[in-house]
Amino acid sequence: MTGRGRGRGRGQLSFNMEVVGIGKGENLPPSTLQPTPLFPPMEHKPVPLVVGEEAEYMLALKQEFRAAMKTLPFYIKPAAPKKDVERYSDKYQCGETENPSEWDPDWRRLPKELRSRRKRLLKEKNTAPSKQIAQPKVNKEEIIRKLETLEKKEDVHSSDEEEGEKKNPEEEEPEGEEEYDEEEFEEETDYIMSYFDNGEEFAGDSDDNMDEAIY
Amino acid sequence: MTTQEVRLCGLLLQEHFGGVVEKVGTHLIRSGALTLRAIVQETNMSLDLVKKSLCVLVQHGMCVFGAGRRGPGWPVEYCVCVERVLYMLRYPRYIYTAKSLYGDTGELIVEEILQRGQMTMSCAVKTVADRLTQNMEDGCSMDYSEVVSAFSNLVETHFLQRCPLVAEQGSAPPPTTSTLETAPPPPAITCPPTPESNPDCYRLPQINLRGRGKRRRSSEDGEDQRGGKKPKLDNGQPVGDEDIYWQVNFARFHLHFRDQGIISAVACKLDQTSSEIVRTMLRMSEVTTQPSAAHTQPLSANEIFRALPPSYSIGRPILDQYLTLLVDDPMEFVGKSGDSGGGMYVVNLHRALANLARATLESVVQERFGSRSARIFRLLLRKRHLEQKQVEDFAMIPAKEAKDMLYTLLSENLVQLQEIPKTPDHAPSRTFYLYTVTQLPTARMLLQRCYKTVSNLIERRLFETKENKRHLEKSQRIEAILASLQTTGAEPTQLQEVEEMITAPERQQLEALRNHINKLDSSENQVDESIFLLESYIKSAGTTR
Repeated sequence: MTGRGRGRGRGQLSFNMEVVGIGKGENLPPSTLQPTPLFPPMEHKPVPLVVGEEAEYMLALKQEFRAAMKTLPFYIKPAAPKKDVERYSDKYQCGETENPSEWDPDWRRLPKELRSRRKRLLKEKNTAPSKQIAQPKVNKEEIIRKLETLEKKEDVHSSDEEEGEKKNPEEEEPEGEEEYDEEEFEEETDYIMSYFDNGEEFAGDSDDNMDEAIY
Repeated sequence: MTTQEVRLCGLLLQEHFGGVVEKVGTHLIRSGALTLRAIVQETNMSLDLVKKSLCVLVQHGMCVFGAGRRGPGWPVEYCVCVERVLYMLRYPRYIYTAKSLYGDTGELIVEEILQRGQMTMSCAVKTVADRLTQNMEDGCSMDYSEVVSAFSNLVETHFLQRCPLVAEQGSAPPPTTSTLETAPPPPAITCPPTPESNPDCYRLPQINLRGRGKRRRSSEDGEDQRGGKKPKLDNGQPVGDEDIYWQVNFARFHLHFRDQGIISAVACKLDQTSSEIVRTMLRMSEVTTQPSAAHTQPLSANEIFRALPPSYSIGRPILDQYLTLLVDDPMEFVGKSGDSGGGMYVVNLHRALANLARATLESVVQERFGSRSARIFRLLLRKRHLEQKQVEDFAMIPAKEAKDMLYTLLSENLVQLQEIPKTPDHAPSRTFYLYTVTQLPTARMLLQRCYKTVSNLIERRLFETKENKRHLEKSQRIEAILASLQTTGAEPTQLQEVEEMITAPERQQLEALRNHINKLDSSENQVDESIFLLESYIKSAGTTR
């Protein structure tokens, strides 16, 4: 019973077609079964553009403005993708195009949280050596590690900088990160460095006593 | 924020500020007001880049910040203003208007301020003077006082205004603590302080600025004035206006464009003299009319007669005839509001905008669907609701074609169908079906189509540039080589050799590319004119209702 009405009424519309103007039995255009083409043919071509001195001048203004904006420090390029290894040719390729002079906004007009930590880092680097001298903040682990790595380290200062930088979690400097990585690898292992035996002494020793058995 | 608006904002931000700012900006537009941490989390970008992008957006006035919904103790929230981002499309028009009103100096001042977002007066004057000096002959330089006078003119006519004051951030807390705004209650993010709330909005600071522009020689690149925002102080003394930043007053420019539109419409419809009369009336009521007023203050015919420019010396009775003509015109630009003083006349601003928008709609229908469809459209606009049969009769178009056209317009949503039932059960055989055109919703729809058009134009331009990137780079390199050879004084044969490095077909391709890009740019400018008209109409209709 319920299905009958539905099946019967499929060919009919809900309103009287004559009122809208379609007479009975009139040929309607075939219904479209696919989406319209991407570039449909246009019966009416668009009107040509306005030409004149004003239009040309505004065009020149627009293009110059766009070019100028690209050179200003407001145009932020995404951070250069990190390369796995530094290559010699990088110096001669696009690496030379550094950011133009960084602009210095008036920080009184911006919320304090937007101020980047650059200044703090510079201060850290400058005060780190003095920190070492002025504040002998005794960190026992630090002293042990320092003594052990004294032979391997060429520059004690850089390691102190890394201590200071480690405290700053929002550090983004790529230089700092590279050094940081090395230091982390060398200092955060549990093994004392002097225990590492790279095998040279072993081979040297065995050359002397050839008559002893090697297990 | 509609999809098309967001898309267009994204493209504009990308063109002017790069992909990073675009990502942050579109995310803020989509999500409303967010804190810094939320932005960093949701966009997966580094904190440093997000901070820089926000600084750039705030500098250019596109982003406002303030205490969030939770109150002053909680982190600051940021909100992007979509309207302001869309104004970037109109920058060439602002600069051109400044040039036509105040000459090259005015043009450069407005251009510099638009590029930097906000500037102090001293910085602007120095930069513009240097730029003008660069273009002058050797030995001449631009005096600062001329630039200062152009700047003052711009401020007096309200084209430039002081940036709104920023609420105090409290006594300097150490950087590690959170930003507590302990001072006088900062503005909530929903109602940032308007520039007009400052009574000194248009007051020039008293600064002692003397000097002449400097010519930048090619050897000195440390003197690059474009990067630094702080002025290069000659003797280290502050100039006295460090805290006062100036920005472009877009609303004033828009009023100017609106007036220009009305005047040119009158000139097209009637004649030059009538347009001069309307121009005089608008000029007289510049200061007395509110920006959102529906019509200007009444002006008497005597006043208009006295204020007419001397080059248009027409007799008093002729002026009266012109005014009567203007009042009787069906476009209703000018209305008569009284008889004292020889007749009191007003310019009907909102009605003029509505008529201009209507003309735009009609022209769109005419160019897309033909003049007969346009006739049907105009008929429906005038008669509001018509039945199928009545449309055929009034438009004098055969039934079959009229039906076809109506259905095409209906499918494009330019025409709507209104049902009026005769009986409560809405039976189809006993219901009137009337065709109607509603101006305001149709204008809104057309505005969105315009945004989509501009987005498509920009994308096509970027595509064309990307396709021919190799050619463009090659030609740029060759131009650079040529320029350097010329400065070092090379022989013509060498120059010829270098020029021949670009082959003839490549040259043709480059020429075609340049042509395409110019056309696309021009089209953007032209579509922007329609956008401005429709936006003004929609805004005015919103206030009158």
